[in-house]
Amino acid sequence: MSDFDEELTKLALAEDGKRETSVFSNPGMHFPWLQERIETVVTGGKKKRDFAQTTSACLSFIQEALLKHQWQQAAEYMHSYLQTLEDSDTYKRQNAPEVIWKLGSEILFYHPKSNVETFNNFADRMKNIGVLNYLKISLQHALYLIHHGKLEDANRNLSDAETWRYGEKSSSQEVLINLVQAYKGLLQYHTWSKKKTELSEIDKDDYAYTSETGNSGNQSCRTSTSICALLKTPGVWDPFVKSYVEMLEFCEDRDGAREILTNYAYDEKFPSNPNAHIYLYEFLKREKAPRAKLISVLKILHEIVPSHPLMLEFHTLLRKSDTEEHQKLGLSVLFEFLDFAGCTKNITAWKYLAKVNVSHLVWVEEEWMSRRSWWPTFHFSFFWAKSDWKADADLACEKAFVVGILLGKGCRYFRYIVKQDHETLKKKIKRMKKCVKKYSIVNPGVCT
Amino acid sequence: MDLEEAKSFTERCSQCAAVSWGLTDEGKYYCTSCHNVTDRSEEVVSTAVITNTKINSISRGLRKRSKHEKGWDWYVCEGFQCILYHQAEALKTLGVGAELKNEVLHNLWKRYLQKSKQAYCKNPVRTRGRKAKVLGDNLQSSDCASELELLSDTTLESGAEFQSDPQIPKPFPLVKASPKSEAADVCSGSVDGVEYSEWKEKGVLKMTVPRTLALCYLSLLWQRETITLSDLLRFVEEDRIPYVNAFQLFPEEMKVYGRDKGIFAVESWPDYEDIYKNMIEVAIFLDLPRFPDVTEDCYLHPNILCMKYLLELNLPEEMHSLTCQVVKMTGIGEVDFLTFDPIAKKKRTVKYDVQAVAVIVVVLKLLFLLDDKLEWSYSSLAEAYNEEHREDEPQFDFRKWYQVMKKTFDEKRQKWEEARAKYSWKTKRPIYRSHIDKSVMYKRREMVEHLQKQFSALVGSTPVAEKKDPSSFQFNWTEGDTGSPCFHGHSLQGLLRTKGQSLITKNSLYWLSTQKFCKSYCKHVTTYEESNFSLSYQFILSIFSFLLRIKTSILHEEVSLIEKKLFEKKYNESKKRSRPKKVRRH
Repeated sequence: MSDFDEELTKLALAEDGKRETSVFSNPGMHFPWLQERIETVVTGGKKKRDFAQTTSACLSFIQEALLKHQWQQAAEYMHSYLQTLEDSDTYKRQNAPEVIWKLGSEILFYHPKSNVETFNNFADRMKNIGVLNYLKISLQHALYLIHHGKLEDANRNLSDAETWRYGEKSSSQEVLINLVQAYKGLLQYHTWSKKKTELSEIDKDDYAYTSETGNSGNQSCRTSTSICALLKTPGVWDPFVKSYVEMLEFCEDRDGAREILTNYAYDEKFPSNPNAHIYLYEFLKREKAPRAKLISVLKILHEIVPSHPLMLEFHTLLRKSDTEEHQKLGLSVLFEFLDFAGCTKNITAWKYLAKVNVSHLVWVEEEWMSRRSWWPTFHFSFFWAKSDWKADADLACEKAFVVGILLGKGCRYFRYIVKQDHETLKKKIKRMKKCVKKYSIVNPGVCT
Repeated sequence: MDLEEAKSFTERCSQCAAVSWGLTDEGKYYCTSCHNVTDRSEEVVSTAVITNTKINSISRGLRKRSKHEKGWDWYVCEGFQCILYHQAEALKTLGVGAELKNEVLHNLWKRYLQKSKQAYCKNPVRTRGRKAKVLGDNLQSSDCASELELLSDTTLESGAEFQSDPQIPKPFPLVKASPKSEAADVCSGSVDGVEYSEWKEKGVLKMTVPRTLALCYLSLLWQRETITLSDLLRFVEEDRIPYVNAFQLFPEEMKVYGRDKGIFAVESWPDYEDIYKNMIEVAIFLDLPRFPDVTEDCYLHPNILCMKYLLELNLPEEMHSLTCQVVKMTGIGEVDFLTFDPIAKKKRTVKYDVQAVAVIVVVLKLLFLLDDKLEWSYSSLAEAYNEEHREDEPQFDFRKWYQVMKKTFDEKRQKWEEARAKYSWKTKRPIYRSHIDKSVMYKRREMVEHLQKQFSALVGSTPVAEKKDPSSFQFNWTEGDTGSPCFHGHSLQGLLRTKGQSLITKNSLYWLSTQKFCKSYCKHVTTYEESNFSLSYQFILSIFSFLLRIKTSILHEEVSLIEKKLFEKKYNESKKRSRPKKVRRH
């Protein structure tokens, strides 16, 4: 009997790791009612123990109290819910610590009577119920401490977790260990960067300066080992990458930094992450890399986030390029940028569009074809004319020029702006009128 | 570090629950799977007599049963006896007469031991090889002679014995358990726990914790006490009668673990149907004679219970004459019908409380039809009448009653659910299945207690609402301060009309709750599919069954059974939907 039990326990433990990932990997669908069905099926239609029934009712009361921010009530129910740690159902008992940790830490985080000490107490207790949760709880505990500004305590906590003896249970938790180390590295970075800012205020000839710089070199070495392991695992590690690269650059280890960033951006095992490309681009820019290289980085970013502010930079890069292909791409980058509602008021984009080379009007027409149906209402309605003019006359002028080219001078936006009598812009508007007359891609009189 | 040396230490690791120990250089155990180091040292192979406490604590490891837990040798039936004792004590504090414990329950228990051949007989069947005659030695020989009249009303001499502390272990001739129980995982705190859990004998009804309640109810019924089965179960749920984890009342020296868990640990509240079934089974097994008559002056008589529930449900007292009529017409008030007779051919008894409530449902159907139309139009009439005649005795307004009851019951149910969710099932005495689990169980218990302390500090100074005194009434409508109007004094004038010398209900229609009764072997009478019925009927069934803490389907069945008796003719005539005209005399 007990051998069998043990075997089951082992199986459950082994599966625990798998289950977790599978549960979290598809968060889209879940059927609470199905869960209930399944539970009754499992017991073979046998009456559920009232223990199971009341504790699950208790759980929903806690969840409800948390939703309504009734921390007091939640704590009250939590008091009863703790008995699930003693559930005679092995599977439920093994899941209980995690559920209790999640609910309990939430309650203790917000409860008015709770303080750092109670939280520490709770976390220390929970860490030692079963082995599987030790690292996870340690990590979250450290984050709590960081949130409360107790960086040293957090650091100590992470060190404990790092050196914790875990035996054969380690393999499934490797990522967690890496995370623990990486957070430790992040804390080291924090102290380092604080010191750096302090140093920048000290005179360079000072004795302290030289000794301190030596120290910080040491520090970055230690940090590199902490963070490096994590960066080899696929995932989104933005803050770690950023701080790590900063430290590497400070130590003049450009090759190391480049390798990290390139790997972070281009390794296919990593999830698609726009920030990875941004970091790489910024790094290359600092390094004064050739234009072609910069363009290739931004091209990928453009595919992921066409509305990113860097797209304007991308446009200028492409315009400066010699190939016709790049020039054409530059134009469509601009159009695609303006497709997004958040970018409509970006005066630079409009300016760039207004400055498009006259010889490229054919391309403009090409881009315009697909947008003809919705841009007029999206950008160039009468309402926008009025509000743009009121908010930013310069922007209105740029837009008016573009609309003049695209829709002709009969368009209401254009007519409204032109009609405005503005002293400083008088000249500009006059010139604009002239240009529109000359270059507009539509025959006058056709448009609205 | 030597793995071989650590094999004698077989407790689970408190960190990862594995049993895989190694020895550190200091001679302490460490877990090879998670590297947790215990504070236990290796048992020193004692060549010399070293009275070291540390060594002593280790040598309690896993050798022989008696070494695990130093306690009394006790038998399973003694455990049940202890539970019964405490249940009887609890009933006494609830106001039940002392005879129940000293005479009735005591006799029932003795009879049970005798019938199951555990004691009180010349040759206890299970003494074969190992089992001692439980209690047998201690009893006067006169008991054997009086076996047949065990349940006679005369006080037995040994009645007093039950009162005395039943837990003191009797000097049993100790025969050690079978070799099977030597295995590490099969063990029990009681002497015969392992055998008892495997004991299967035809014709013997094994004692269980629910059956102790059945015994209690049988003795209540014998004494015709004013506690119904639903009351009893409610008191259990309110923790007034030991049931869940009753074993924690055992004296400290009676250790409970291993197989005892399956016998004594209960993680559910008693279920009405289940206890009812058990009660009949036990009564038949004990071969009990016909119980004392339930006559009209008994609390369990439907007329009295109907009055009680009319008050409880805030319905007009005037309805009582109608319920009496129904009781009379259906014959459910007859002594022979009401009295429990386990020897009779038809082995059944009346669910007194459910039946009384069902009668009220039938009367409500007669008055209001409950078709989601008529009751509301009558309510409008009553409301208008009450508006005009403010001085007079008000007429019963179903709508108003519905509003009051809905609100009150919703609140009550909410509170009930919250209280259930907060119920604490685990005791200070955790039961472990096998010895290797022991330390883990205790550590877990300690952990839970510590965490609970922490969270109760957050709850603050508002302690759990103090318990009300036990009462068979759950509601009190006559108290002015509850804010809910009391309908007891309202009249049914608007619902009845005179015809000649008699009063008949204005409503002449009736619908039957069911026309199909299960005739097969399934135990239920009929099924209750909520959506087939009017909302008023659903509401009434739901609050009435909540009052008794039973399933709505049980009440529905009872209603159907009463209707079957009330409209017997119609049932026999045809299976068409019947429209009987009921004329009731006043």
